[in-house]
Amino acid sequence: MPEPSGTTAATGAGIRLENLTKRYAGSPGPAVENVSMEIKAGELVVFVGPSGCGKSTTLKMINRLIEPTAGRIRIGDEDVTGIDPVRLRRKVGYAIQSSGLFPHMTVAQNIALVPKMAGWSRPRIRDRVAEMLDLVGLEPGEFHGRYPRQLSGGQQQRVGVARALAADPPVLLMDEPFGAVDPITRDHLQDELIRLQHELHKTIVFVTHDFDEAIKLGDRIAVLRERSHIAQFDTPEAILTNPADDFVSGFVGAGAALKRLNLTRVRDVGVVDFPTAGVDDPLQSIFDLLRSGTTNEVLLLDRHRRPYKWLRRGDLSRAKGSLARAGTLVHDTVTRDATLRDALEAVLTDNAGRVAVTGRRGEYTGVVDMETLMNNVHELLEADRLEAVEHQHQLQEQRALLTRQEQEGGYAAGPNGTDGPAGVTA
Amino acid sequence: MSFWEYVGNRHTQLLTDAYQHASAVFQCMVVATVLGVALGVLTYRSEWAGNLATATTATILTMPSLAMIGLLIPVVGLGVAPTVIALTLYGLLPIVRNAIVGLRGVDPTLVDAAKGIGMSRTARLLKVELPLAWPPILTGIRVATQMLMGIAAIAAYASGPGLGNEIFRGIASLGSANALNQVLSGTLGIVVLALLFDAAYVLIGRLTISRGIRA
Repeated sequence: MPEPSGTTAATGAGIRLENLTKRYAGSPGPAVENVSMEIKAGELVVFVGPSGCGKSTTLKMINRLIEPTAGRIRIGDEDVTGIDPVRLRRKVGYAIQSSGLFPHMTVAQNIALVPKMAGWSRPRIRDRVAEMLDLVGLEPGEFHGRYPRQLSGGQQQRVGVARALAADPPVLLMDEPFGAVDPITRDHLQDELIRLQHELHKTIVFVTHDFDEAIKLGDRIAVLRERSHIAQFDTPEAILTNPADDFVSGFVGAGAALKRLNLTRVRDVGVVDFPTAGVDDPLQSIFDLLRSGTTNEVLLLDRHRRPYKWLRRGDLSRAKGSLARAGTLVHDTVTRDATLRDALEAVLTDNAGRVAVTGRRGEYTGVVDMETLMNNVHELLEADRLEAVEHQHQLQEQRALLTRQEQEGGYAAGPNGTDGPAGVTA
Repeated sequence: MSFWEYVGNRHTQLLTDAYQHASAVFQCMVVATVLGVALGVLTYRSEWAGNLATATTATILTMPSLAMIGLLIPVVGLGVAPTVIALTLYGLLPIVRNAIVGLRGVDPTLVDAAKGIGMSRTARLLKVELPLAWPPILTGIRVATQMLMGIAAIAAYASGPGLGNEIFRGIASLGSANALNQVLSGTLGIVVLALLFDAAYVLIGRLTISRGIRA
């Protein structure tokens, strides 16, 4: 992929929210109260919470579509609480539900908007539009001149993301971007976003009320309760295995351990070796293998080393020594990129409780069975638990440090004060 | 003299009147459009200002055009001035109302999106809100033009230009040989002009409304 000419390809910039509060005139309590949060550069953080908890409001305060009543926002090293909002928004991409594409502009015009405002040259904008369409998986020649209404919901959403990323902003805000598309398309779009983020390393803040979406996408998840109070801010693994309180566990819902299986892939856990034989091997060697070995079953591979048949000890003699008739065909395999949940599904449906794992071209790499799966899951959960406990200790220490500093330093950086030296809030 | 003979004999005069009629309506429409859209843009954001603008222009429209021109004569004199003022004022209502309705009807999430990607207030108005509100505004302009075509005929009462002169002359000499021909040629002329303008608006709509939002 061509480098965006002229710009230093901006990867993410960290975001820091400091005591962010939003009060609406005429309502008794604040909509968002005293939110402090640090989002690392290149991280995908998901805000998740029930509707009306202020997660969207918090997001919109980052690009100041909603002006905070109090508190500060820093992006990178810059305090953006007081700068011109238009200038701020040019370096913060923004993608919303139902895409927000302008219906009177073509796909290309929509994507070109921000680069145009940033004063890019025509040829550079043209190249960039093609590059962005390519990036989100739409054929530039085909989609360039289309109007939004000529696109499906999923395609519109892709263009929306392309538009948000067109000027290569270090930060991307996404407000329930996949809320209005059907489940299958949503799944695709989520996969696409994961792939994109793998390439681009932006700092992304993503708002959703769908906890499963949060688990799938987030590097870290902030579970928010009313007034955007942070109930827990941690990795998906930690939240699943060690929810901070009843509110979080209520939100995680039933089947946390099952959901945890979605977060680990087969390649991350050990697959076991299984005795194999090729279809072209002499029958005698297969017999010997079955008779000699500790196992009473071998996996027969075809000429491309792909799993072909499960062969038991008695099968060959019953089929009168014909390989073509003996054994049971392999009906399901999983790839090394499959989640443990997929693997479990395959193992459960297999009548012997094991499934062959294949590599990129479908070639055999190992086998997963119930026992290895169980052991792996237990180890995972245990590791998660330890990590989460340690994490909570760290958090408590940090909090203690913060309170101490506040007591010593007083209000060094008040809500309307000039930039305090970075370090006031550690 | 038959109607067609009359038209044949007087075609220079009729064409001049028709041209002046069209030109007066066109120029007043340009002014009314600029003023009307400006009024709409200035007021659509506030509930009461928008309603005030609509109510005011609606009140103007309820005044009989003859009375309006009659009232203007002592102030600005005879001729072109009262015609232009009256036509412009009457043209405002449909344009102001449709501009306000159109601008208020723009999907708020789109305005939010425009803000979110860093468009300034002016850019938002010019690149997003007005283009999206343009179809209803153009309809307003079209309606206003049709209306002004008829009202412009009354302008002859104040010695204004246009096909109204033919009609008034005919009415003044009712019973004479050409009275009916005069009224008829003036009226038909206005109808033809109105149809031509309407065709022009269809063309303008084709050219200026984005394919992405055309019905």
